[in-house]
Amino acid sequence: MGAVAGESEALARTLDRRRRGRRRFAAAVLLLSGALALSVVLAVRLGRLEVTWEAMGAVLLAKLGWAPATVDRTTEVVIWGIRFSRVILAGLVGACLAVAGVVFQGLLLNPLADPFTLGVSTGGAFGAALLVLLGVGGSFWGLSPLPLGALAGALGALSAVLLLSREAGRIRKETLILAGIVVSTFLSALISLIKSLDEESLSAIVFWIMGSFSGRGWVHVGLLVPYALTGLVLIGRYARELDILALGEEHSHFLGVAVTRVRLVLLIGASLLTAGAVAVSGVIGFVGLVVPHVMRMWLGPAHGRLLWLCGLGGALTLIWADALARNLLAGGMELPVGVVTALLGGPFFFYLLKTRRARGIW
Amino acid sequence: MIRVEDVSVGYEGRPVLRRLSFQVHPGEFVGLLGPNGSGKTTLIHALAGLLAPQEGRIFLNGEPLAALSSRRRARTVAVVPQATDIRFPFSCLEIVLMGRYPHQRRAFSLTEADLAAALWAMRETTTEAFADRPVTDISGGERQRVIIARALAQQPAVLLLDEATSSLDVRKKVEIFELLSRLNREGLTVICALHDLNLAALYCRRLMFLKGGRLLEDGPTETVFTAATLERVYDTPMEVILHPGYGRPFALTLPLHPAAPARAASGGVP
Repeated sequence: MGAVAGESEALARTLDRRRRGRRRFAAAVLLLSGALALSVVLAVRLGRLEVTWEAMGAVLLAKLGWAPATVDRTTEVVIWGIRFSRVILAGLVGACLAVAGVVFQGLLLNPLADPFTLGVSTGGAFGAALLVLLGVGGSFWGLSPLPLGALAGALGALSAVLLLSREAGRIRKETLILAGIVVSTFLSALISLIKSLDEESLSAIVFWIMGSFSGRGWVHVGLLVPYALTGLVLIGRYARELDILALGEEHSHFLGVAVTRVRLVLLIGASLLTAGAVAVSGVIGFVGLVVPHVMRMWLGPAHGRLLWLCGLGGALTLIWADALARNLLAGGMELPVGVVTALLGGPFFFYLLKTRRARGIW
Repeated sequence: MIRVEDVSVGYEGRPVLRRLSFQVHPGEFVGLLGPNGSGKTTLIHALAGLLAPQEGRIFLNGEPLAALSSRRRARTVAVVPQATDIRFPFSCLEIVLMGRYPHQRRAFSLTEADLAAALWAMRETTTEAFADRPVTDISGGERQRVIIARALAQQPAVLLLDEATSSLDVRKKVEIFELLSRLNREGLTVICALHDLNLAALYCRRLMFLKGGRLLEDGPTETVFTAATLERVYDTPMEVILHPGYGRPFALTLPLHPAAPARAASGGVP
């Protein structure tokens, strides 16, 4: 009888702890969502042309169909057509990159893996740049071929990196990132070459290699959304498996995960997210690396929660990185957003690496 | 329960086990012995469906192992692999709950039954104390017990252990084997690969000796645990004595050099 009482007590305690964990997660999601909504509004206000709260409110109400349009055409274009679309796009790209990063890290058991370090982003950029060079235009069922080229490039680069780091049937952790950097550097050089041959301006090269949201709008949001949604749905379905896969291939097999199939679906999902992001904004590093680490340190490694947190955190991060890229330089010059993420992310990641190493986790 | 028919298995072009045939019945406690590289781990991997046989077939409860879905297989067979390092700071309870995966429906349907099974497994392996600690923060021996708890949470009919207790101290080893013995009496089939001959002789009721990928000897511990077999398997001089109190055989390793027995004869061994 005593043993049974002890058992139900332990169960009650555990259930209680899990409830508390769920509340903490809900609070975190609420906090991040609130911060995200606030950031969207603030980021839309930031810019050379002053945007008043009244004008923004009026445009939003009009766009939602709750009130007739009252602001003039120019203000409306600036607020809705330029700023809002760009901020939303930056948020979506940030979410895609951070979620792709968390998937790559869990799947490849490598804390340094992300779309950028694995060369997947650069692969995507190369694919898209190649399509532009070949002059493939038009659209298939309303979809531009650009993300498809990026997807082919991303999958190609990922396969190359996985093959290069494979030794005796196993992916070697040490060589994985090395292979990623080699592939990425090589493809960056190819992109520069393609763009030079195409006699395009330096800015086109910088766009693909350093990433930018300059001149991006609703069209690009429309391009990204199908890829983002497909990728997120594929990945979301396998969040539980991702937890188990983070223990390694053998463990996963022993626990009943259909490793080959699940891993393939997850790699494709993460590649879809990366390709969509790259096709609209070029290569942006560090978001997929830093955001998952911060979120994991905050609320633990369980992917069912981590995916949500990374989506929100990635959106938040890139919205502000782009706001900085737009407003840091005087005289309306823009920085490539990849420069901002690297400037902020590099030292921050170094700090994470040091403190984590000290705690002996990686 | 497990039927291995003429199985050859290995890695790309390198066969490790050659033409193995044997059966394991429900409720057996089998020890898998043999020198390094004799194929113990390969056999465990084949029985767990991780390695597909190049020839021959393995049946689980009459069904071909290869035809079972991953989840169905994992509901019947659980594996405790050799000590592994886990990089992600899941709590120990989360690790044990992963053992419930093959029993769960899609998505996140963790039931109270799942939690109860995990807590039971943690109590049996005396790991409840660190249920909330990150698995990356505990010692190797503790981690191995958490992995054993995870395998028990799968509520399998067959438990395969690959050197699962090698990293544990004597007391923890014996505790784990006492636990395995008890679960075995309650119906769990246990197959464990191990290096500790005397631990095997003490707890396993049947021993299989592998050498060079072949099954050299297979039978009840009392019959096959002899100096002759051990010397043949390990190429090492051995002596087997019967423990006076327990009536179980024990192996003594003797020095390789011929000078040694003379000293032993003159009273070197107490």
